[in-house]
Amino acid sequence: MKKNNLILYGTILILGLVAPFIFPGFKLQISFLWILIVLAMTWDVQGGQMGYNTFGNILFFGVGMYLCASVQIGMFFPLAEWTEAGGEKTFVHTPPQYFQGLLFGLILAGIIPAIVAGLIGYGILGLRGHYFAICTLGLGIAAGEIAGGIEIIGAGQGMTTPPWPKNIGDTELRSQFFYYICFGLVIFTFLFLQWAYKTRFGLVLNAIRDNEDKAEAMGIYTMRYKIIGWMVSAFFVGIAGGLMGNMVGYIEPVEVAFAGPTFGVFMVLMAILGGKGTLWGPVIGATVFHLFKEGFWTFFLGWQYVALGVLIVVIVVFFPEGIMGWLREKYPEKFGEVIDEADRKAQVELK
Amino acid sequence: MDLLIFQAPILMVQASLDGILLGILFALIAYGMALQWGVMNIINIAQGELVIVGGYIAYFMYKAGIHPGFGIIVSPIIMYFVGWGLYKLVINKVVDRDLFISILATFGISILTQQLMNFIFGSDVVVAQSNFGTTMFFDGMVTLPNAKIFAAIVSIAFAIGLVIYMRKSKLGRAIRATAQNARAAKIMGVNTEKVYAATFGINAALCGVAGSLIAITFTLHPYVGLPYTVRSFMIVIIAGLGNLPGVALSGMGLGVFEEFADYILGTEFRIGSVFTLLVLILVYRRFKLSRKREYLK
Repeated sequence: MKKNNLILYGTILILGLVAPFIFPGFKLQISFLWILIVLAMTWDVQGGQMGYNTFGNILFFGVGMYLCASVQIGMFFPLAEWTEAGGEKTFVHTPPQYFQGLLFGLILAGIIPAIVAGLIGYGILGLRGHYFAICTLGLGIAAGEIAGGIEIIGAGQGMTTPPWPKNIGDTELRSQFFYYICFGLVIFTFLFLQWAYKTRFGLVLNAIRDNEDKAEAMGIYTMRYKIIGWMVSAFFVGIAGGLMGNMVGYIEPVEVAFAGPTFGVFMVLMAILGGKGTLWGPVIGATVFHLFKEGFWTFFLGWQYVALGVLIVVIVVFFPEGIMGWLREKYPEKFGEVIDEADRKAQVELK
Repeated sequence: MDLLIFQAPILMVQASLDGILLGILFALIAYGMALQWGVMNIINIAQGELVIVGGYIAYFMYKAGIHPGFGIIVSPIIMYFVGWGLYKLVINKVVDRDLFISILATFGISILTQQLMNFIFGSDVVVAQSNFGTTMFFDGMVTLPNAKIFAAIVSIAFAIGLVIYMRKSKLGRAIRATAQNARAAKIMGVNTEKVYAATFGINAALCGVAGSLIAITFTLHPYVGLPYTVRSFMIVIIAGLGNLPGVALSGMGLGVFEEFADYILGTEFRIGSVFTLLVLILVYRRFKLSRKREYLK
């Protein structure tokens, strides 16, 4: 088992590292896949492990995106004039400025959303079930609407992120650079969550999902763990948002940053498709979903959101256990479950 | 602060009246949501989209040369069957499952409907002219379109009619019985499957009425459905399930709040303020309940 795992991780690592050279045309698409995997995995911290179905993680995505871009620009130039200028290149980042800005921007894009998650989480993580779901849905949309009214970050028109500095390479190098950052982020997220799920933290999250009242009665401060869980999600989602903003190059409040109907739903859908509450489920779900999306959506040109709606209904209604759940049902022994045949027969007879 | 609304108190009258008339419409939609929530234990995110579809029916009547006011009769009839079909296709598979499944499934329906409307009806903002004229008060300082007054009267009439129908008719009794205890109702010979389908149909019909009224009083657009869902959800959680006077009052309160937010913060923050209010109300109730070691159920 241990050896198999090593081979698996090694293969994925090598594939990820050489992918931009094998498929140079798909670099950006694979980078988006890593971002989607991060979104799905962090959604699963709430939706799968903790049993708190959130639509609001998109909030941290948007906050991270705006924050990263604002820091990148605001460190060196007046932000208001930048957004005023729109797409025109009146201010140009030198390479050191660009990378400095990106580094600080990404760090802050992780930390500030985590703090925001802590503050908001204290308010709304006391809600349960569907109240929490609707409340977070409102939160994500409210953020988009409010961001659309703030002048300094471009209001409804949006803002551009700093372009890649001219004198150090072409766009090839740019997409390669962002590819490896995204890949690093997904590896880090995966390893962190794998470790976190093994500790007491993961156990507590599962206890909250199974029965929160009992967990509380056992003397666990569930609120504290819920908030920490949300902060962890917000940290990674924020960084993913910052990267996404830089890769797209243009931030718009409702369509790109606080994109509830696209990324906000994608992350839920991917985690459910792959299998909620498993480590690998979101990864598989995101991969399958992204392949499906990119492979087939071109055939539905213009109808892709109709297809998305149908897909949501079909997956949620007919396939709620996801791929991992289906595999688990089919090959329980692979998941370390032992089935007592005699007991099963007795159960069937009882029915 | 240089706010026009405080310098000219007459504007407050205008905003309040607008808000109350608007709120009555919201209350009608919320009534439908409370009905299906109470009976089927489903939260329908596609509620707003049903409203908008109903509105488009009235709009197309207007396009065909029929007065859009008649939409309040045609729209609910069509929407009843739309709702019934929706129940048979999707909703019946999520009725007794986890609430989140129903939220997500109806969210999918909502995205689907939005996009279909975008393709079929186009993405333009449309309005059906009713030519009802306007009524003026205070020497023309306060103007109320008669269409809004018509909308409020029709909403109240439909709400009262439905309440009477629920009290007196056989189906109404069956619906109330199912809401109290679905299993017991089944044992007593109520066909709960039919009751659920009828409930969802009635909800869709109410949305159709509200939509056709919105078509003549406000504007229609394929993507404005979700705010109506959130408003009705908010009204229901403030009032509580099965509290009809509460639904009406909190609907009007929400309408007034919205109009004032529109005047004070500016139109670009209107929808944002609705969603923010939802979050604030939920957080307030959560802190209030957590003092008693309880949570919203």
